[in-house]
Amino acid sequence: MARRSTTNPVLETEPLLSRRAFLGRAAGLTGVAAGLAVGGYVVYSDQPIRQGAVQVARFKDFRVAPDPLRPVMAVVRGTRVEAMVQESVGKLGGVARFIQRGDRVLLKPNVGWDRQPEQAANTGPELVEAMVRICREAGAASVWVTDVSLNDPRRCFARSGIEAATVAGGGQVRLPGRDDFVATEMGGKVLKVWPVARFFHEVDKVINLPIVKHHSLSGCTLAMKNWYGVIGGQRNRLHQSIHDSIVDLAAAVRPTLTVMDATRVLKRNGPTGGNPADVAREETIIASLDEVALDSFCLSFLDLAPEAVPFLALAEARGLGKVAWRDLNVVRSQVG
Amino acid sequence: MGGLRGVRRIYAAFFLGLFGFLLWAGEFERLKGFEVGLFLQLDPLTALGGFLTSHTLYKGLALALLILIPTLFLGRFFCSWICPLGIVNQVLSHIFHRRRAVESWEENRYRPVYRVKYYLLVVLLVFAGLGSLQTGLLDPIALIYRSFTLSLLPAVDRAGGGGWFALPAVFHGGVLIGGVLLAILLANRLITRFWCRALCPLGALLGWCAQWSLWRIRRDVDRCNQCKQCLRACQGAADPDGALRHTECHLCMNCIEACGTQALHYGLAGSRSSIGRPLDLNRRRVVEVALAAVVAVPMTRSTLSPRSTPTPEVIRPPGSLPEAQFLARCIKCGLCMRVCPTNVLQPALLEAGFEGLWTPLLMNAVGYCEHHCVLCGQVCPTAAIRPLSVAEKVGAPPFTKPVRLGTAFFDRGRCLPWAMDVPCIVCEETCPTSPKAIWYETVAITSRDGRKVTLKRPFVQPELCIGCGICENKCPVTDLAAIRVSSVGESRSGDNRMLLNQQSGWIEGTIDTGLG
Repeated sequence: MARRSTTNPVLETEPLLSRRAFLGRAAGLTGVAAGLAVGGYVVYSDQPIRQGAVQVARFKDFRVAPDPLRPVMAVVRGTRVEAMVQESVGKLGGVARFIQRGDRVLLKPNVGWDRQPEQAANTGPELVEAMVRICREAGAASVWVTDVSLNDPRRCFARSGIEAATVAGGGQVRLPGRDDFVATEMGGKVLKVWPVARFFHEVDKVINLPIVKHHSLSGCTLAMKNWYGVIGGQRNRLHQSIHDSIVDLAAAVRPTLTVMDATRVLKRNGPTGGNPADVAREETIIASLDEVALDSFCLSFLDLAPEAVPFLALAEARGLGKVAWRDLNVVRSQVG
Repeated sequence: MGGLRGVRRIYAAFFLGLFGFLLWAGEFERLKGFEVGLFLQLDPLTALGGFLTSHTLYKGLALALLILIPTLFLGRFFCSWICPLGIVNQVLSHIFHRRRAVESWEENRYRPVYRVKYYLLVVLLVFAGLGSLQTGLLDPIALIYRSFTLSLLPAVDRAGGGGWFALPAVFHGGVLIGGVLLAILLANRLITRFWCRALCPLGALLGWCAQWSLWRIRRDVDRCNQCKQCLRACQGAADPDGALRHTECHLCMNCIEACGTQALHYGLAGSRSSIGRPLDLNRRRVVEVALAAVVAVPMTRSTLSPRSTPTPEVIRPPGSLPEAQFLARCIKCGLCMRVCPTNVLQPALLEAGFEGLWTPLLMNAVGYCEHHCVLCGQVCPTAAIRPLSVAEKVGAPPFTKPVRLGTAFFDRGRCLPWAMDVPCIVCEETCPTSPKAIWYETVAITSRDGRKVTLKRPFVQPELCIGCGICENKCPVTDLAAIRVSSVGESRSGDNRMLLNQQSGWIEGTIDTGLG
């Protein structure tokens, strides 16, 4: 037992330690020391930082089985977009060929810019609303609409009219936030592993809804170029090898269906536009199962030849489709 | 709870809740026409400062009269009933309250150091009178908006994994701004409402106005038994147990509730009411402080700043007034930075000179000015940033030219097609003007290894560039972009221009409104 302390600290002495107390405290200290040693062993590393294995996702193949009796591409001219979309999808075999009851469907329009529909920098909201509605009527469990925009995404979706169109059709907008990207194996020539908006991995069907636009570096923004909006990360580096990047993306994302908006076409100053004088009314909707043929077909709207657009030949060489769309089963019709 | 203290608590809870709601609603997605700057407009110090610098009472700032005029009759009610910083200080002081009577008596006694707030007010008003609006540095409303917007809310968002931008918000020197608020809040641990008693210039202004108030806390000298329970509860160090210092009294009404003999009431004087004590301020000290401020203003003007010399990195939000008028109006509240959808608006440290501390700058490494966005000018309570329409900003009819923030310049030593024979032109792609301000020349060159390479080498056409900075923001040369915006060519300045043809229509001291 320690002696009671005296009132004078100068005269106070250290209490004697009993054998029991000594053993107890020594055991305690030994326990702490052992814990430190074990802990040090556990966290020891010969690397400056510890790296866990990165989970790398892969795209599903969203395509449906080919049907040699059906057309590959349906070109519909008219003025009422919803009827034109119905007609074009109908020519390819009807929506039931592409959407099964209970499918989770993702639509990927081009919503890159804070622009209004009349400026034709984004896919028209009429096409998005029609497609959302068609998918819902075919029994889709959910229809999501997403894009990785270049301007502020909230402004892009609001001012393009696509947010309102999505809601009106019965779908949901999914804006990718900073935690919504997952590393994904692209398996391309220049694109290896890139961050991809996770929504693409959480659905059963993906429908591409691009718009025909001029683009100064690649010549045009069409169906294959629209897959830029799938990835995040430092995407501005893709310009350094833009044709290989486009083909890599098109090879990685194989959509169920592509429906092209060629109602308003941005002829100059793309891909941002801004001046309605650069926009021409072409009043065409094209549904296709071959993105290469579709892009090749759409060159006529921009007065471009296939030779001026290197990514088309590169895509054909990669087996993604045919540049010579006239060799394919293409049907044309007029609605309204 | 009951009586006037209970009423005060209900008001305080309402106004603190309203402040929180408006702060919440200030986020880009939630802006639905709420008057997010309401508290700033109610603030008499902002109104008075703005009046002294511009000789006008700008729009909503007239609401400050709703506070100022009643104060002349009723006393300093704003501080405990409405001011969010005052209410937060009051709550914290309550939590930190001393339990022992002898300690709280000591703490709540009036001290001469509480005069400092009047001296600070004099300095700020002299600065304002000479054209430099610095009230926002210490104004409690601007201070609490700024601290919440630029430091506390981003910290909460970051900790919670959210954020009001796609990426978590970052603000230049935000930790300093938040640190000031934390220091003010923690000071309540040492002295109850230290900020409100000793430092707050708005409190000083209202205290000065309360000198003539008719309604006051009155003590019936016959009923009072000198128990000093009122002093224990006093938030303002107003000596309610003696001759009341009504210039210091916040009307928290605690003393009335604490009194056991019903000796205290709020109202007109009765036949046996105690006297009040006048403002504890020495006229000679005030004159000394004012003279020091008069000297300090030209000293700040003699420092190199955008006021004297165009400064490349001082790029102001769209619609900003010319620099001298901007500094005469900006109260550094941070509201523009709160609503900016891209986080490009950042508080300056010393980039814009000492006078420009915490005023908004565009830092294009963080964001860019969204082409059709005019929110910053819409919410600015003092019109340091004019409220623009989208048509005026982009130069759509009836306007003939857009609002320019500056001009972009290529750094050809860093630009991929210029320096490294690598295709790029992301800048051209993202340029929002039509026709694009960035154009390119297609050249065929032979690279070092003998390959033929076709490149598009970009140029800026300065007449078309609006200085929005999206090219700089999206440039793949991430650390120091190969195209950068500097302030030259900004619409708001008549001097900071390089092209002869951009001078037309400019009249001395006015803004280029783009109306031809």
